[in-house]
Amino acid sequence: MTDESSSPGLDPRGDAPRNREEEVHRLHRWESSAAADRRGGDIRRHTDVSTSAGLDIATRPDPAAPLTSVAQSGATGRATTSGPGRARRRRRRGWSTRLLGAAGVLGLLLTWEIVPRVGLVNERFMPPASEAIGGLITNFGLTDFWVAVFDTMHAWALGMVIAVTMATALGFIIGSSTFLRRFTNSTIEFLRPVPSVALIPLAVLLFGVGIESSLMLIVYACFWQVLIQVLYGVADVDSVAMNTARSYGLGPVARMRHVTFPTALPYIMTGVRLAAAVALILAVTAQLIIGTPGLGAEISRAQSGGNYVSMYALVLATGLLGVLINLVMRMIERKVLSWHSSVRTEVAA
Amino acid sequence: MTYIRSFLNIVALPLILLFIWFLATLGEASFFVPTPQLLVETFINTWTADRFVGDVFPSLGRLIAGIALSILIGIVGGLLIGSFRWLRALLEPTLEFFRAIPPTVLIPVLMLLIGIGDEMKVSVIVLGAVWPILLNTIEGVRSMDEVLADTSRTYGMTKINSIRYLILPSAMPQIMAGIRQSLSIALILMVISEMFASTEGLGFAIVQFQRSFAIPEMWSGIVLLGLIGVVLSFIFQLAERWILGWYHGLREIEQSA
Repeated sequence: MTDESSSPGLDPRGDAPRNREEEVHRLHRWESSAAADRRGGDIRRHTDVSTSAGLDIATRPDPAAPLTSVAQSGATGRATTSGPGRARRRRRRGWSTRLLGAAGVLGLLLTWEIVPRVGLVNERFMPPASEAIGGLITNFGLTDFWVAVFDTMHAWALGMVIAVTMATALGFIIGSSTFLRRFTNSTIEFLRPVPSVALIPLAVLLFGVGIESSLMLIVYACFWQVLIQVLYGVADVDSVAMNTARSYGLGPVARMRHVTFPTALPYIMTGVRLAAAVALILAVTAQLIIGTPGLGAEISRAQSGGNYVSMYALVLATGLLGVLINLVMRMIERKVLSWHSSVRTEVAA
Repeated sequence: MTYIRSFLNIVALPLILLFIWFLATLGEASFFVPTPQLLVETFINTWTADRFVGDVFPSLGRLIAGIALSILIGIVGGLLIGSFRWLRALLEPTLEFFRAIPPTVLIPVLMLLIGIGDEMKVSVIVLGAVWPILLNTIEGVRSMDEVLADTSRTYGMTKINSIRYLILPSAMPQIMAGIRQSLSIALILMVISEMFASTEGLGFAIVQFQRSFAIPEMWSGIVLLGLIGVVLSFIFQLAERWILGWYHGLREIEQSA
């Protein structure tokens, strides 16, 4: 994979990072899944920090970012989309954007309020927004609700920890050996697209409605997300850095700690962020279908009991939980990788 | 020689795993794990032409309908939202919220609103699978080269022409990345929507086997689902190589330059 990667110079502004990026993109040809998750601000924010277009690429924290289109890089380079001018423009637009966003949310809520009220849909099946939000607020005061949230988050967190630990460990082992990488490639490519929900019947048979059922699904789905990213990350190690470390007499463990790990960390964080969303989906799904205690089971109960207001309130709650998880994961990613862009910016300046 | 080696690399581990499976089930028969021979036998006996017509094809039909609709809605919506800054600002927080809702919790909601027919299942698939395509299209349109856009405007390109020749091609790599992600989501939602409320379909069949403790049959269903997933991703790779062939070619030239 990267065995043949051209050894780039140390100047982060030069051509080297672009070659490396190219290399990474070649690896990512089939694996741009993170692209979907990379939302508006991420890259721009980093663009604002860095001062040169070349640096923008080198510090990109999201390795599976979509292949930059030819239209972009071909004609003019990336200078047009970055630089201080852009940063200034962004800041000025800041709060009017926020205002429009709030207007969008309000508009949606208003539609949701009016549509059942005027009888376009049955008010019983789709209670107006005010009632659903009222139900949500009532929920906030109930112990049962918080127990359900706790159950869901418990399965989520446990599944994440197991999947990330396993995937990172295995990824480092497989990634550091060319032989192992070739040897396991076909198996990984075959097992990865297998939908995790196919395992639901098996999980039910093995574990019943216990938390293990959810864990099995969560771990299976998240494991591949993280493993693939770790494999790319480990393959992305700069050969000059690696050779330097070797000639300075760093042992295998020290090289792993000081060269491979920092290179792979952005990739791992991308994998973890993607896995966090997937884990929530599977946690709730397992509860919904198998009946493992948690928010999903509550939704299922509210629906079969005809308590539709409460059902909508719970759906809103899972959405809020999803938004919260996204925000927290993005914050953690920025914290953990803060050295990544800032250190390089200093070197360049 | 190199061919033999790469062939060995591909088949070695799967064969070893199969062998371990064979050895592990050799002794006393486990209730939960069938032997490989039994699984192959059951697979052939279970998934006959009848079942394919009754369960697999309806499932696949809904899957394809869902994916096609997601792609259509995602790209058209993405082009619109990506082209107008105010529209993007208006809708972004709302979209962010809808994307964060686990799509499966919408199944009970949709069951109430539109019943448990095919429409519900296709809607569930669309509601889950549309987001990666939509968001990637928005991003792709937005990150278009400004000079190219200005040039096309100066040359008086019509709106339709510039969508066809400028915006779509430059956003296509990102759109394809989104579609790739959507495929696996769509497959998952197809299975789940059938497990929830259905009288036919692949997900229904598997759950039925599990409830009647027909373990080998259940496993054969899981294997079939896995095969569908693998075939789907293979078809996508072919499609991508075809649609983005120009792009990968350009990249390689750039790289070697």
